[in-house]
Amino acid sequence: MRAPVSWLRELVDIPAGQSSRDIAARLIRAGLEVETLETIGGGVAGALYVGKVLQIDELTEFKKPIRWCQVDVGVAGGGVRGIICGAQNFVVGDIVVVALPGTVLPGGFKISSRETYGHTSAGMICSERELALSEEHDGIMVLPAGTPGAEAGPMIGLGEEVLDIAVTPDRGYALSLRGIARELAISYGVPFLDPGLKVAELAAPGANAVPAQCGSEDFAACALFTLRTIVGFDPKAPAPQWMKQRLTAAGMRPVSLAVDVTNYVMLELGQPLHAFDLDKLTGEVRAGWAKPGSTFETLDHVTRKLGPEDLVILDDAGIIGLAGTMGGLDSEIDADTTNIAIEAAHFAANVVARMSRRHKLSSEASRRFERGVDRTLAPYASALAAALLIEYGGGQYVGMTAVEAPYEPGVIKMAAVEPGAVAGLPIADDTVITLLEAVGCEVLSSGGQLAVTPPPWRTDLTDSADLVEEVVRLVGYDLLPATLPIAAAGHGLSKAQRLRRRIGMVLAARGSVEVLSYPFVGESELADLQLPEGDIRRSKVRLANPLSDEQPFLRASLLPGLLATVRRNAGRGLSGLSIFELGSVFQGECVGTAPRPSVLMRPSAEEWLALTGLLPSQPVHLGVILAGEREAAGWWGPAQDHGFQDAIQLVQVIADTVGALITIEQLSDPVFHPGRCAAIKCLGGSIGVVGELHPRVIQAWSLPGRSSALELDLDAIIAAAPDLRSAPEVSVHPVAKEDLAVVVADAVTVAAVTQALRAGAGDLLESIRLFDIYRGPQVPAGHCSMAFALRFRAPDRTLAADETAIARQGAIDRAAAECGAVIRGT
Amino acid sequence: MSGPNTAFDPKQVAELGAAAVANMVTSALAAVAAATDLGLLKDVRLAHAGDRSPLALANRDIGALPPAAKAEVGKRVGAARATVKAAIDARQVELERARDEFALAEEFIDVTLPAGRNPLGARHPLTTVMERICDVFIAMGYDIAEGPEAEAEWVNFDALNVPPDHPARTMQDTFYVTSPESGVVLRTQTSPIQIRAMLERSLPIYVVAPGRVYRTDALDATHTPVFHQVEGLAVDEGLTMGDLRGTLDHFAQEMFGPGIVTRLRPSYFPFTEPSAELDVQCFVCRGASIDNPNAPCRTCVSEGWIEWGGCGMVNPRVLQSVGIDASKYRGFAFGMGIERTLMFRNGVTDMRDMVEGDVRFSLAFGLES
Repeated sequence: MRAPVSWLRELVDIPAGQSSRDIAARLIRAGLEVETLETIGGGVAGALYVGKVLQIDELTEFKKPIRWCQVDVGVAGGGVRGIICGAQNFVVGDIVVVALPGTVLPGGFKISSRETYGHTSAGMICSERELALSEEHDGIMVLPAGTPGAEAGPMIGLGEEVLDIAVTPDRGYALSLRGIARELAISYGVPFLDPGLKVAELAAPGANAVPAQCGSEDFAACALFTLRTIVGFDPKAPAPQWMKQRLTAAGMRPVSLAVDVTNYVMLELGQPLHAFDLDKLTGEVRAGWAKPGSTFETLDHVTRKLGPEDLVILDDAGIIGLAGTMGGLDSEIDADTTNIAIEAAHFAANVVARMSRRHKLSSEASRRFERGVDRTLAPYASALAAALLIEYGGGQYVGMTAVEAPYEPGVIKMAAVEPGAVAGLPIADDTVITLLEAVGCEVLSSGGQLAVTPPPWRTDLTDSADLVEEVVRLVGYDLLPATLPIAAAGHGLSKAQRLRRRIGMVLAARGSVEVLSYPFVGESELADLQLPEGDIRRSKVRLANPLSDEQPFLRASLLPGLLATVRRNAGRGLSGLSIFELGSVFQGECVGTAPRPSVLMRPSAEEWLALTGLLPSQPVHLGVILAGEREAAGWWGPAQDHGFQDAIQLVQVIADTVGALITIEQLSDPVFHPGRCAAIKCLGGSIGVVGELHPRVIQAWSLPGRSSALELDLDAIIAAAPDLRSAPEVSVHPVAKEDLAVVVADAVTVAAVTQALRAGAGDLLESIRLFDIYRGPQVPAGHCSMAFALRFRAPDRTLAADETAIARQGAIDRAAAECGAVIRGT
Repeated sequence: MSGPNTAFDPKQVAELGAAAVANMVTSALAAVAAATDLGLLKDVRLAHAGDRSPLALANRDIGALPPAAKAEVGKRVGAARATVKAAIDARQVELERARDEFALAEEFIDVTLPAGRNPLGARHPLTTVMERICDVFIAMGYDIAEGPEAEAEWVNFDALNVPPDHPARTMQDTFYVTSPESGVVLRTQTSPIQIRAMLERSLPIYVVAPGRVYRTDALDATHTPVFHQVEGLAVDEGLTMGDLRGTLDHFAQEMFGPGIVTRLRPSYFPFTEPSAELDVQCFVCRGASIDNPNAPCRTCVSEGWIEWGGCGMVNPRVLQSVGIDASKYRGFAFGMGIERTLMFRNGVTDMRDMVEGDVRFSLAFGLES
């Protein structure tokens, strides 16, 4: 809402000496967010003069029509000057605005006397856009009157200061000068003469005058409908300059007197009005619901399909307007309109809001109605409009028709101490009552209990909490004390929160960099991952209104976002990337419609289940990509690339970080290299996958060769983490070391052999470590030799040589039995 | 080892006289001094302290002396041998040390060689800022609450007193899952976590809830469709707006330094009433740049205050929707954008830096922000 300050000053007696900036500060303190304070024509430096066009020579030898004009700018402006002008919208005798050499226009454009089109142009005739008054540039400004040589600035509204206020959805009343002025009156403690309660004087209509008839088919949607009729209006009469200036300053384009007046009254009072050409109407004008399948062309030349949820304005011939939103072309005021019907009505906020949303049509009227318009204002506003139309356009007042449902404002009960109790600041009962009355409430006080009737323009005041806010904001938030509540004893981070932090720290400590990628994915990315139909990583959760149709899905895997991030980094010349992400993925489907339980009570268990049961599963995953160099080439030697083993190492580090036991099993997965991919298993279930990416995936994503990746269900691994870790017994007795090598078939995994050796060695085995694998002439083809270092130790004694030997033999025997292992070299 | 106790020979005795022994010592010490490396010293040890050395032979001859002479000569030879051995041992230590020092000197390395083989990675600064915020509130006794990003529309809007068709719904451009009628949205704010916290936890409630939120804004220097907020909620008996203010002051001081204060401006949020915009005093200029063109402040654009978030007293209608008795309990809530916090706190000038995942951005922060 743009509010010209001079207009505000006219409506409320602001104390002398208060600058526009002071006024802005007052409004901000009251809760109206002043975004900017702008001066109209603030970019103009130097004088602008009123000029009278004395002579026009049309120059036709150029690409476009050019005029060589003689303009009288009075004695002050140096008499008659020759000026070149490209505009065509003026005639000899017109009064125009002239900028003389030396004047600087907005944008730093300095006017100088210059040779152009074969003449010396000694100034410029200005358009509105050149003076930054509006975007209007169809031609130069032509003033209704003026004396050559007079200062033009004040005549065209230069120097007017305008506050641009971002009005929150609850404060519909502040979408009017009236509402803003009231806040200023309260803030300055000066009386407020409400322009919304002033009855404009209209001559009594003649005895046999018959005004246009009106009606409302549904008082719940249209509680008040009024129609005022004026005949014999002069369609050529212009709006007064001051009104045009105010409209322009407020951000609206002057159009014609009839339209300008309706806009002017809407800006001042907050009541949207619509002017019809009476001669284009047939019969009664009324609000009603559209019939299914009807269509209507609105003023913006869009034909809209309407249905029974659309409240429309009808006459006997059909639809003539979308109620409170936009009028139609067929009944529009035009250049020949002499008979006018002014509609001023009250439409239900939710009805207009729904229509505005459904038709993606936001207008000055709909913005006001959906935020709540003064329920009683319509007749006052239309009277003011009629008076202005008659004053500036002539015509006769024929009268008003109206239909109205009874207006019964609700009464809010509140303890007088409530605002102070909520604020934590004592506020006297009298202060509470005074402030509520200042915003327009009627207050009945009895024994500390207040019965408050909010004014019709404050549709946002429905609960005692709303009244509390009114009182506290007017007392001033800056007076609130700063106290600290004593919170209940807390629990600190949950196990999952703690472990997620640790994992992030550990990965970063190992050189990985955390990223937070967008969760939007598209079909082509899923195809580039070679994901088959039915793969759980193939997203099924789809957005109805994605930012890009290329990426309509929510990720079911972290890999697409991570791979895109690697590619972006690589594209910026970064090699050697280890990046990770901890984030939600969206799995399963989201079909059906979530219920809408009542908000008047806690949802039942069944309702809550129905609500949340529809949501996709959203586990937190960890994804890591290792691409390119693990270690750059340096003084220490050549570069080392990341490999599969680095990824496996990270998996183990993460498992150790949370304290979960995992196993690694060979896996075939379309995303990964067929021979270099493993399932990560925990408590018998698969919780993730790790491996070298498939060469085709690497190619599709333009990644460094042999990049590796892992993705892990963090919720699952954290669930497997112990709540409590038991202390080990640290034996101080000597260790007995035994190395052994066994020959096994190539198909036998290290894990299997290790497990067998461990099991066979028994409790005395402290640790087992593979230290070599050998394939070659000394072992049979299709076999390999695995060499292990075993460490034995007892908790309570030094092991005797035969104890160690028995344990060692046990390990060998078990490996022989389970893996066909043959001991080597003994 | 001493020799056989042969007959006394006065001629030999003369050779064990003081002068002769002194000569042996002198000659031995000269040899020790002349030994310039451990190999030469080994030879010297053999020649002057070994079994065949003159002093060792002299020692063997003592046994042949008459008993009257034995004591004196024995004493003299013993002292001489001790002197020689000590000199050799000392020289041994000296030469070993010299050898070691030479060897260590040979192992000199340029200590300024870069240690860049396995550098530290980084956490995302948005993550570490969120953790920092959580830690501030954990210290005050709050717990950390969480909720899903794909959320029921009822939780994201209805229960927060944003009825269907209310203009507040269009304040936040919403992603709908599956269809606009599905009743499932990507949460537009962390406030739905308030609803979950109040439904799931027992009173009193003190929680903060960091999280990722979504709005249908295209990415540019100041907007992103995916961003982060942190939400705070307290529901207890007798809470006041002063408590809210005190809590925010403490929070601001923990984040921006001692003495920093907050400012509340009346505003509107459907889920709070009264509602306020939250400004934090500029921690760079502390207001000194206001109306002071000579010392402009880039952080607050010389306004002295920085818009940080929104807050207010929980609207009793919200309490009603989760079944909390609003006549007994009051609540306050607040929320702020993490990206915005990082932007003004850490001087991030382009939103895209926080979302693109360029590792250079996060590496500059490391493990803290």
